[in-house]
Amino acid sequence: MSRLVATFTDEAGLLAATRAARAAGVPIDDAYTPYAVHGLDEAMGLRRSRLTWVCFAAGITGATVALGFQLWTSVVSWPLNVGGKPFASVPAFIPVTFELTVLSAALVSAATFLLRSHLGPGRRVVPLPRVTDDRFTLVLGDGGESARRLMREAGAEEIQSTGGGTS
Amino acid sequence: MAEHGSLSALREPLISEPRTLGGITDDILGQMQSRPTARWWIAFGVAASLLVLGIGSVTYEILTGIGVWGLNRTVGWAFDITNFVFWVGIGHAGTLISAILFLFRQKWRTSINRSAEAMTLFAVMCAGVFPLIHMGRPWVGFFVFPYPNDRGPLWVNFRSPLLWDVFAISTYFTVSAVFWYVGLIPDLATVRDRLAAGMKKRIFSVLSFGWTGSARIWARYETLYMLLAGLATPLVLSVHTIVSMDFATSVIPGWHTTIFPPYFVAGAVFSGFAMVLTLMIVARSVMGFEHLITIRHLENMAKIIIVTGGIVGLAYGTEFFIAWFSGNAYERFAFINRATGPFAWAYWIMVSCNVISPQLLWFKRLRTSVPVLFVLSLVINVGMWFERFVIIVTSLHRDFLPSSWASYSPTRFEVFTLIGSFGLFFTLFLLFVRVLPVISIGEVKSVLGFARAATKAPPAPAHPAPARTREVA
Repeated sequence: MSRLVATFTDEAGLLAATRAARAAGVPIDDAYTPYAVHGLDEAMGLRRSRLTWVCFAAGITGATVALGFQLWTSVVSWPLNVGGKPFASVPAFIPVTFELTVLSAALVSAATFLLRSHLGPGRRVVPLPRVTDDRFTLVLGDGGESARRLMREAGAEEIQSTGGGTS
Repeated sequence: MAEHGSLSALREPLISEPRTLGGITDDILGQMQSRPTARWWIAFGVAASLLVLGIGSVTYEILTGIGVWGLNRTVGWAFDITNFVFWVGIGHAGTLISAILFLFRQKWRTSINRSAEAMTLFAVMCAGVFPLIHMGRPWVGFFVFPYPNDRGPLWVNFRSPLLWDVFAISTYFTVSAVFWYVGLIPDLATVRDRLAAGMKKRIFSVLSFGWTGSARIWARYETLYMLLAGLATPLVLSVHTIVSMDFATSVIPGWHTTIFPPYFVAGAVFSGFAMVLTLMIVARSVMGFEHLITIRHLENMAKIIIVTGGIVGLAYGTEFFIAWFSGNAYERFAFINRATGPFAWAYWIMVSCNVISPQLLWFKRLRTSVPVLFVLSLVINVGMWFERFVIIVTSLHRDFLPSSWASYSPTRFEVFTLIGSFGLFFTLFLLFVRVLPVISIGEVKSVLGFARAATKAPPAPAHPAPARTREVA
């Protein structure tokens, strides 16, 4: 399927073009921007990221494992009387539990982000020109004349048709 | 460019000179690609020499034993733990800027967060050295981790605050490093795309993880960034809380107080902001980033210093009051001894640097003067080092039993190790400013239009502008 690549010089143009394309029912492939453009996710109709749930689950897991491990070592594996304190002295186990909750939530969230976004060391890409510098590019899944006109009206600096994928 | 309500007359632009998006890339990459200046080489030479001095004294200490330090049976903690608490505290400002100010939507943080986070990492590395060398036998340092062993297995004591410290510091370092690197990925891609083909480009290709600037990934990235900020915020508060518990859970007069956690956290942020100010004032002038790190940034940091310095001053007063009010003779003695005993000089250095000198920042003329801020930031750093020294040494040297009282003075190896830790910190920081984007390029671009619509990035497209559209079939 042919694609349409429209390049803009500022975020307002990109946002206007994205909204126009969505309103006209033109399929939006993706947009490429030098920084996170606020409102672009809504304009593209992106779903909210579910990463928060991954983070929450990882945190709960970290907390459970940390508290469970401390209880196991102190009550089951080798109960040791330290200053007459109870073996299951839960309040004293809270700091380590907290730290491991945060550690697990942070590492799992970051790793999930990289996996889900197909990012990682050694990944080779041919990025669109200048999108990491000062250009905002919208890639549409339809290269027809009506889509071209929408992009022209939104003030695109350059409009280009391509046959294949972009990244 | 910026759409949502950032055109109020009350708002000032965050970036003091009009710049285009590409101009920001040029500014920051130009710095990375230029040859190091003579000033950089001098600074690096000094820092590296201090580091060598530190490595030498640590090597001597490890080969000989910690008897080369001035510690004795009464004063078992002194320079080493003072330095540890000092450096951990320095790191806290970096996380505060990158995480807490992010959650509060303080957009001015964008110019300073990258270098403040780097500062955190380097400060925590410096801090980590001290407990390790304090062990005397650092090659068995892994004993602090609960790993299956053939001694039973005998586990570590999870009820000990020193063990909590192990988990707090290692988690803090790991999460700060992840947060910092995630923030770097888009900028590394910007560098990659600006470089001509070659070794450097290949390195940045690997480091930038194949970032394309895709809006789908940006949306997910923003979620991750918010999650990490949300996790780092309670984490940073927990770290100095746990450090303070190293003292507060003991029975030593002067340490055994419930005020310690908030008092230590405020002190950490106070000293950390002083260090950020020191570094930023030097960095902005050496690298010519006065338009990115503006007087306003410095002034905002000065305001945070007034607040946290006020909390620290209040804590000093409260400690003294409670020592008297509790009616505990040992507690009362510990505090009178602090202010009038053999280490009174250290106590009064602490009070004048941390409580009296920041009051100058109430005056706008002073807190917008770069030389004044620079001198005050150094003064506060000195004062906060002495605060930890006072807390640790004056409480230990005269405790319950006068027959066990002792004095303490550092040997030259302790002084060299302290100097060496500064060498490590500045060596790492100077390398960082040469090889990585020292200012968050993407984030600064996103605030470029803040309160600045009239001077929009050229060419201003009064759209629709179909005549200008270049069409490629």
